Amino acid sequence: MAIRRILIANRGEIAARIIRTCRALNIETVLAASEADRDSVPSRLADRTVCIGPARSSESYLKVETIVQAALGTKSDAIHPGYGFLSERAALARLCESQGVTFIGPTAEQIEAVGDKLRARAAAEGANVPVVPGAAVESVGAAVLEGRRIGAPLLVKAVGGGGGRGMKLVERLEDLPAAVELASAEAGAAFGDARVYLERYISSGRHVEVQVLGDGKGEVVHLGERDCSVQRRYQKLIEETPAPGLQASLRGALHEAATRFAARLSYRGAGTVEFLVDRQTGAFYFLEMNARIQVEHPVTEAVTGIDLVAEQIAIANGTGLRRELANIARTGCAIECRVNAEDPANDFRPSPGVVREVVWPTGEGIRVDTHIQPGSRVPPFYDSLMAKIIAHGPDRAAALMRLQRAVAATRLHGVASNLPFHAAALANPEFQAGGVDTGFVARLLAARPSMEMAAHG
Amino acid sequence: MSLTAADVAEIMKILEGSGFDEVLLEIDGLKLSMRRGGAPVTDGSAGAATTSMAATAAAALDPGTPKGAAALPPPPKPGASQGREAASTDPTVQDVTSPLLGTCYRAPKPGAPPFVEVGTVVSEATVVAIVEVMKLMNTVRAGVKGTVTEILMRDGTLVEYGEPLLRIKKAG
Repeated sequence: MAIRRILIANRGEIAARIIRTCRALNIETVLAASEADRDSVPSRLADRTVCIGPARSSESYLKVETIVQAALGTKSDAIHPGYGFLSERAALARLCESQGVTFIGPTAEQIEAVGDKLRARAAAEGANVPVVPGAAVESVGAAVLEGRRIGAPLLVKAVGGGGGRGMKLVERLEDLPAAVELASAEAGAAFGDARVYLERYISSGRHVEVQVLGDGKGEVVHLGERDCSVQRRYQKLIEETPAPGLQASLRGALHEAATRFAARLSYRGAGTVEFLVDRQTGAFYFLEMNARIQVEHPVTEAVTGIDLVAEQIAIANGTGLRRELANIARTGCAIECRVNAEDPANDFRPSPGVVREVVWPTGEGIRVDTHIQPGSRVPPFYDSLMAKIIAHGPDRAAALMRLQRAVAATRLHGVASNLPFHAAALANPEFQAGGVDTGFVARLLAARPSMEMAAHG
Repeated sequence: MSLTAADVAEIMKILEGSGFDEVLLEIDGLKLSMRRGGAPVTDGSAGAATTSMAATAAAALDPGTPKGAAALPPPPKPGASQGREAASTDPTVQDVTSPLLGTCYRAPKPGAPPFVEVGTVVSEATVVAIVEVMKLMNTVRAGVKGTVTEILMRDGTLVEYGEPLLRIKKAG
């Protein structure tokens, strides 16, 4: 049966973004909101809002049973989980399945397959997709042996971690035993899974990811790549497509590898396969797959003209992949800045509060995805993303110029924001040249101590 | 499926003659919601006082009804917090609110007498309702000593977190 009413199990800009597409498709929306978000912009945009619990997300947005009950109680046909929160929680997909609610995303099995780093690595190897040299280690003794084989520098990663959490860099092999013990203890406490694995550390790498769509029956298309190398402590800040300066053969190989990986899983829905591209050798390695819509999806939408949320809903409806998607043209370049309520002059400390005044930029090629208006609250309970400013242009220089103007034209008062960081990053000659590695932000901040105090946490 | 003016009039008549104060009807993309105007109904003895009735029908899937093409959201909808009556400012009155989102029940099982009725004297520990979340039954207690003055929930319907279930006049 066609989806006619969707429960949105999320908040913030992505909730507003999903509602926008639902309206265009004439699908009703029910927003599942915590007490802190009752009067948010998405709540006003949705056809109906139900309050699912108190502000703390463990009592509201992270409650699988409550979310499914809210869908059943409001007679919603489907749940869109957005990103973060329960979007990659297999338990939600599974409960939806058993209750006859359509989960707009992959199957529970697929979420599990890509959520476990070791299983994902094995799947990548099985799909003939290169992985960073590394291995799971059961003990400190095994870690020392493996460490010698792989060679320093090394990364110690938590099997259950993600987004950079639980990672340790080991420059010298003699520091490895202590790092493994600490990482394992931390991973056990943070993720309930103390397993760790070792990986060769690529000292100068670019983060390049490929957007894919799968019909769940083995057919997969890609919609090009995104370069997300501008990261601070593994948190992406600026994303763009296409990845600047990639050789055509490398670009093609990335697209093919991502498609192969997702096809092997018979992946269903929108997903992203992340790679690390070694800047020195041009070799690329599978990092992980994100089984959801991503924060940075709008840059792909800008150059393809495709509404990815609409495609997610179409796939969930069982309509499959549209034939046109296989040969979609990508036009021009698009760059996105994440505007966060955090203070770059104060070690990027979160800056919750009430936005007294805000004027978002407009203009040719400019798109702003946001849930923030004058008077909007940035609660301290959730992530600090306030808006994404996306600029599209016929080439990278044009997109970059439009984005710089848009960032400069943004007026925001009441909370601190990272707009000064974006202005500096976009104006930086290294970024302007294109193709920076993931060390770019650290170098930028070191050269501009005024933007980040010496006290690193 | 279509609904004629005569059908709507007929439904209004049925509502007026019934013990209910609100009808929500959904048939194939057509949504009809009717509510009695005026004071909130206290218990089953409805029908006498209320004569005015507001009916709003919205053909949800009618392409001729644009559902807000504007980029900016409208001001808060009065219906956004439906079922959430303003808590009384009277300090001797206290609402018992739902501790979580779920389906509320007034009785321990179908057909059994309700936990409480208007007029029931309760203590803090008195069970007044059950809220079910995916087959998990959560009991709701009065939390205050007093007398039930209003039942605000409808048995078997969805209640939100914090939604008032019933009103109690505090003792002494």
